[in-house]
Amino acid sequence: MKHYDVIIIGAGHNGLTCACYLARAGLDVLVLERNDYIGGAAVSRELYPGWTYSNCSYVCSLLRPEIIRDLELPRHGLQVTPYEGGTTLTRDGDYLASFGDHDIHRREIARHNARDAEAYELYSTELKRQCRFIKPLLLRTPPDPTSFKPRDIKELLYLGKRFGDLGEAQMYETLRFWSMSISDFLDEYFESDLLKAHLAGSGIIGTALGPCSPGSAYVLLHHYMGEVDGNIGAWGFARGGMGAITQAMARSLQGHGGEILMSAGVEQVLVENDRAVGVCLQNGDEYRGRMVISNMDAKRTFLKALDPQHLPDDFLKIVERFKIRGSSGKLNIALDGLPDFPALPKDNPSLSINLHFTDSIERMERAYDDWKRGTWSKDPYLDCLIPTLIDPTMAPPGKHYMTVFVQYAPPYLANGESWDGPNREAFGQTVIDQISEHSPNFRDLILHAEVRSPWDLENEVGLTEGNIFQGELTMDQLLFNRPVPGFAQYRTPVKNLYLCGSSAHPGGGVMGAPGANAAREVMRDLGVRGPAAMAGLRG
Amino acid sequence: MSERYDSLIIGGGHNGLVCAATLAQAGQQVLVLEAREQVGGAAVTEEFAPGFKVSSCAHLLYQLHPQVVTDLKLKDHGLTFVNPDLATIAIGSDGDFLRLHGPEIWGDLPEGELAAYQALRQRLLKMAAALRPLLTMPPPRLGTAGTADRHGLLKMGWTLRKMGQSQLRDFLRIAGMNVADLLEDELSASLLKGALAWDGVVGSHAGPRSPGTVLSYLYRLTGQVDNRQGAIAQPVGGMGTVTRAMLEACQAAGVTVQANAPVGQIKVQNDRACGVVLTDGREIRANAVISNADPRHTFLDLLGARHLDTGFVTRIRRLRAKGNVSKLHLALDGTPSFTGLSARDLAGRLLISPSIDYLEEAFNPAKYGEFSRSPAMEITLPSLQDASLAPGGKQVLSATLCYTPYALKGGWEVMRERLADQVIDQLELYAPGIKAQVIDREILTPRDLEMRFGMAGGHWHHAEMAIDQLLMMRPVPGAAQYATPVAGLYLCGAGSHPGGGVMGVAGMNAAHTILNDKG
Repeated sequence: MKHYDVIIIGAGHNGLTCACYLARAGLDVLVLERNDYIGGAAVSRELYPGWTYSNCSYVCSLLRPEIIRDLELPRHGLQVTPYEGGTTLTRDGDYLASFGDHDIHRREIARHNARDAEAYELYSTELKRQCRFIKPLLLRTPPDPTSFKPRDIKELLYLGKRFGDLGEAQMYETLRFWSMSISDFLDEYFESDLLKAHLAGSGIIGTALGPCSPGSAYVLLHHYMGEVDGNIGAWGFARGGMGAITQAMARSLQGHGGEILMSAGVEQVLVENDRAVGVCLQNGDEYRGRMVISNMDAKRTFLKALDPQHLPDDFLKIVERFKIRGSSGKLNIALDGLPDFPALPKDNPSLSINLHFTDSIERMERAYDDWKRGTWSKDPYLDCLIPTLIDPTMAPPGKHYMTVFVQYAPPYLANGESWDGPNREAFGQTVIDQISEHSPNFRDLILHAEVRSPWDLENEVGLTEGNIFQGELTMDQLLFNRPVPGFAQYRTPVKNLYLCGSSAHPGGGVMGAPGANAAREVMRDLGVRGPAAMAGLRG
Repeated sequence: MSERYDSLIIGGGHNGLVCAATLAQAGQQVLVLEAREQVGGAAVTEEFAPGFKVSSCAHLLYQLHPQVVTDLKLKDHGLTFVNPDLATIAIGSDGDFLRLHGPEIWGDLPEGELAAYQALRQRLLKMAAALRPLLTMPPPRLGTAGTADRHGLLKMGWTLRKMGQSQLRDFLRIAGMNVADLLEDELSASLLKGALAWDGVVGSHAGPRSPGTVLSYLYRLTGQVDNRQGAIAQPVGGMGTVTRAMLEACQAAGVTVQANAPVGQIKVQNDRACGVVLTDGREIRANAVISNADPRHTFLDLLGARHLDTGFVTRIRRLRAKGNVSKLHLALDGTPSFTGLSARDLAGRLLISPSIDYLEEAFNPAKYGEFSRSPAMEITLPSLQDASLAPGGKQVLSATLCYTPYALKGGWEVMRERLADQVIDQLELYAPGIKAQVIDREILTPRDLEMRFGMAGGHWHHAEMAIDQLLMMRPVPGAAQYATPVAGLYLCGAGSHPGGGVMGVAGMNAAHTILNDKG
């Protein structure tokens, strides 16, 4: 029986990123995947003949450029095509669009409010400043502020210095920004409710917060700190769907001798003498390795795959209290043609690549009120995209694929109702109705629609309660608190067991940073040095 | 020739009075100018109907700082309590209720719930006690080379470190949480969770599910009355007694207090505040002008934006102060009977906040400028044990209502009486017959509180107690150390660190800062 250096549970993008780095450092790596396909929530699947669905995550921006370079993903087939920005359609037949071109974008905002066009310059400068501050932290291991270990103190001093370098005014802006609501933050800059709603969407996506909840400004930043080809804040499509990212990672891994085993669901992590020594699969097979790294979320790793006797009570208590409430659902739709949006000018099809229909913060916040009451939003916030306008490989010629992210949908419905059956039906219908309000021919073009509830995400991908970030992105669960205070450095109370998924710093999104960070810590413990040129391992 | 003082304080609220007394005790010539006919600010007892008196804004005392009590000798100046440690009665919707007093709870609870509550209470009280030293520390200013600021920052860091690793970890985790999640993590009884959540949200523009409310709850728990941490006291004669005692302390220290003296303008000469002009045109000069008024009123109305740089003015304009609390005062023909409650219970603090969801549903409309159909409320019947407040046989009911937003759609002029009617109807459900007992009533909306007490936005704390408006960011960076960008002008009110709650610490800290500045 082969003894591996490292066994990784789960072939999501973080598990694969972690595996790639470790394989490149010369370690013997085995990745075990429960499904009969790899990718976790970054997948391309043919669920309707001829159509490729990015049926979970659907756009690419956060994937760290260091990782793209280190793992040579473009050489392994990853191509990311940027799109210009989103368009918000209003109930009174107008729209507000984002443009890549600065002057056009400015004119578009000025069309709604001239002062807001001025303020937008200040706003985007401020956001970019916040990005510049946070980005270098993504690929670093968070220090423990309660520890007196030299490593933690050194890192805290480094952070303190970086923070101090911001200068007085900017230090305060940063502190404020991290704790504010996106609605309050936007109120400081803008007058137009439409513009505020247009910008606020990123502050709520995937989060159990409303635009008026303190902390949602950070969530906006979390979605804004990505880039495509160096364009900060830009978003793009992976050609061939999100699976292209994880497929490229898998090829990169296999190129360095790593192994991937599919249909290999892990039942339990094997612990001997308080050390993780391997895993036992659902089919009874055992695999042994020096280190075990879990790409599963914290709840699944500690509460399902481990015997609780191996964990201290205090630790278990916090894992049980880890907030991982799902807040979103999704529709994947095969379309017979391009839907018509009469409000949009005919000469610029790129305006309908990314559509929103929520034209005020109040509508967005009311959608959140529904979530709090345990129902899916009756007037949800939709992030609706048609990737086939840029990437024709995802549907047959002349046909289109639409992905609709739906905020909000709670995992637990009030009165214990089930998501299956009439609720799922009605949920899908609500979304289709909202789009149809703006597109008369939309409904008739639908050939197939996959309606996904938070439970589908849990059942298919293993994300507990359908939380896309493997844990909510609130202050109590960020940085040194993620997932458990004192255990935010990818290590766990069980020796030789590590976390590499989004439950760890810096959290979710198809970013790869937790995977890279975990790889660095594992190598440190194994006394292995990775290739010096790899930016992702420097932190 | 105009008069001249060492320090002149605009506003005789509790913080202004504490600041004045502290300065005068150090030997300064101090003048307090109060716009109304009596000092006390939002801690006053006033007649709202012939023969009926009530604490018209704050109606219970939680947080008055022990050092203020000692330094000003408030006990010698007449501060006494009807009860220094009221019980809280959490009233459910169907006649059930819980009685909370110290660590004890009487009433139906699931098994293990009392122990869980006591553990949580102990954990939070300990944490709040460890944080208490921060209250009396003037916050350091960030990004300066000054040794005092560096020293202040280290002292702050050390206070936190001193909590010990496990408590500090616990604090750093839960500080950013919402109070609903924390309570739901530890407890299961809805009525209990609803009542506890009230203390995390009252006075702010936040529901129990808004992040940051654990911090407001901890802030509340830093308070102590007669060494009882987390106690709630009812002063004899209402809240006016607290400020009456402060006034006596001021007078004993030689402070001059002028009532009916509204300030119209802060005078600036050579970029330095040098005195004030009253609305009647009278000019008074002083070396230091100290404002107990809220920051917005101080900087934008009294000082004027022309004396400040634009960045600072923008910060002041952005200061969030969305008041959400209204007060309802009822003059009652007799003692009301609340279903299920004994006479002893009625003398406690009654809470109608039967569950977290109820409280959150009460908050939701406030986000859209509407008031709650079923507001949550805190009720006291102060005259039950204090005959000075009502004619014989009659009673006073004082209720704090959440949530009633300052910027109400449709305007308060139209909606004020409708709110009162609705709340009385709601009270009738809990205390059948009370409607018929009402002789007179007074409703004070956030708009009224602003008019009467001069609090911008009708906000109790002069500015929202949110993480981005606390410590060195309260009220705004650049004015968070009591000194302001204009030399000689200081803040001493609830808009400054550590914030509101009839604590007196902002006034005390401001006085110490001013005395240090004089060196």
